This record gives sequence, C-alpha cells and structure tokens, in this order.
Amino acid sequence: MKSLIETPVFAVMITFMVFYLATKLYTKYRFILFNPVLVSITSLIVILKTINLDYHTYFKGAKIISFFLGPSVVALGVPLYLQFEEIKKRGIPILISITIGSIVGILSAALTAKLLGASKTVVASIAPKSVTTPIAMGISEKIGGIPSLTAAIVIATGVLGAVIGPAFLKLTGIKNKIAIGLAIGSASHGIGTARAFEEGELEGASSSLAICLNGIATAIFTPIIFYIIYKLL
Amino acid sequence: MIQGLTIIFLFLFIGDTISNLFKIPIPGNVIGMILLTGALKFEIIKLKNVKPAADILVKNMAFLFIPPGVGIMIYFDLIKKELIPIIVSYFFSTLAVLFVVGKIQQALDKKNEKSN
Repeated sequence: MKSLIETPVFAVMITFMVFYLATKLYTKYRFILFNPVLVSITSLIVILKTINLDYHTYFKGAKIISFFLGPSVVALGVPLYLQFEEIKKRGIPILISITIGSIVGILSAALTAKLLGASKTVVASIAPKSVTTPIAMGISEKIGGIPSLTAAIVIATGVLGAVIGPAFLKLTGIKNKIAIGLAIGSASHGIGTARAFEEGELEGASSSLAICLNGIATAIFTPIIFYIIYKLL
Repeated sequence: MIQGLTIIFLFLFIGDTISNLFKIPIPGNVIGMILLTGALKFEIIKLKNVKPAADILVKNMAFLFIPPGVGIMIYFDLIKKELIPIIVSYFFSTLAVLFVVGKIQQALDKKNEKSN
C-alpha cells in the first residue's frame, strides 16, 4: 500500500483530483476564499500529512505538472500579441508604473520584514516575492536567501493577489482595465495573471506583460535595494 | 495542437539557450514569451498555428503552480519562527504593489487619453 502512494501516478492523480474538486467548488460558490489554487494547496498539505507521504516523494511525481509552467509562460506571448496595439499606445505610462511598482514591492517587503525583526536570510528570501518563481529564486540565491523558501513565498503571494487583488482594486477605485491587469501581474505574477484573465482578455494580457517587465525590473533593483538596506542604512 | 506545442517548446528552448549562453538573470521562459510575441508580430509564426495550444496552457496555468505551492509545508517551522515579519510584510507589500501600480497607471492613462 505504502509503495502505491509513493508512485508518480498517485501524486499526479491526487493533484488533478483535488484541483478538479476545488474548481467545481469555486464555480459553484464564487466565494473569494475558495480560490482553487488556495483550496488545492491547503487540501493537499492536509492529505499528505494524513497519509504520511513526505513532500519530496510527492513532488518527485507531481513535478511533471509544474514542468509545464515553462511552456505556459512562453504561451503568454499569444495574448500579449493579441493586445499589442492597446498596450503599445501606453508604452511610457506602463514602464513608469511598473518600475515604481517594482521598487515599492522590494522596498516594502524587505523593510517591513527587517523592521519587524526578520533574519537577513528571510529578508533576502522575501524581497523578490512579487515576480515569477524562476526569476525570484535566482534573485534570492544571489542575495543570500533560501531559493526554495522564496518559491513558497512567491506562490503564497500569487494566491493572495489572485484572491484579494480584483476586490481590493475595485475598493480603491481602480477601474482602468490595463491598470487592473498591470497591478495584478506586478503584485502576483502567473497565479494573479490566471485570475486577471477571468476579468477579461485585456486585463490578462496586461498582467502577462507585467510579469515580464516586473521580472526584469526586480532582477535589476533587488540587489541594489538589498545592498542599500544592509550596507548603507 | 501538436504544431502549437512544437512552436512553444521551440521558443522555450531558444529562450533557455539565450538565458544560459549570455548568463542573463532573466529565465528562458520569459525570453521565450517576448520572442514569441515578436515572431507573431512580424508574422514569422501564424497565430492560428499556435493559438489552440497556447490557449490551453494559459487557461490552466494556475493548476501548474500547485505542486511547488504545496512545498510551503516543509518551511512551516522556519516560517513559524519569524511568522509576524513574514506575514505582515507579505500582506502589506502585496497591497502596496497593487495600489501603486494601479493608481499610477490609471492616472497616467487618463492624462494620455485627454491629450489625444
């Protein structure tokens, strides 16, 4: 029995099953806390703990699913192309808002964590949390963080942005579709982008663009901001 | 579908190659996304050949984050030790980015529309 749950087939099957049920739950109730990614991750953690299956064994099988993250990021080039003209008209505003957003994201995460007493390793792991996992892990490693902890925080950030992003933006009076997409993509990368596509094609494409531009900006600014915070302040 | 996946994996491979060859800190998938947008724009790739596969990947992207997301369970002890700074900075910073990017873009875009 033990050996059966340790197979890749079990890991993939349970992941599909949990996500399928979580999606059904979400389409039925549309309650924001029932975000399918959030519900699936929480349920899978409970399931793994209950059946006593360690994460590494699970991931050895389930990583075949996340392998497709790479091609799916490439595939975002299609919606980006389809909305190219809409986005091009606002090239300069987009560059300005994303650059400032990137700096605000790194500074607010790093400074808040440091002021509240986080260790330097944790500050380094949390600083690049807004960008897509492979970029964030690379930055984290460069400045002395724990890349896999960063990956966990990045995904948690994505879930948070997807869950509260659209409602929070509505609450603060942000109605411009491109602004909504850029904000969600800048704050919560791919998971937010998946949510942004539910709002509309233009929101989703803007969010895809934000993943790309914010990823570049954050790769440039995080080491600089980290240096300023730890060496100059 | 197969044709679309072939194109997408080809661009991923080119992106990875560029990222590794020039030691750029930008991952190959993001470079691949930029190149694919360009290839569609300059009609090197036809939209109808890549769209069916791309639609399926994009529509189901959130699902692909689940296995690494479950990985947070191995950091529960570390996170518990520094729970307050992690949670507060994570919430505050996410809201700050949403607010700043949304507000600035909306303000600049309005100006843009008026001047046109």
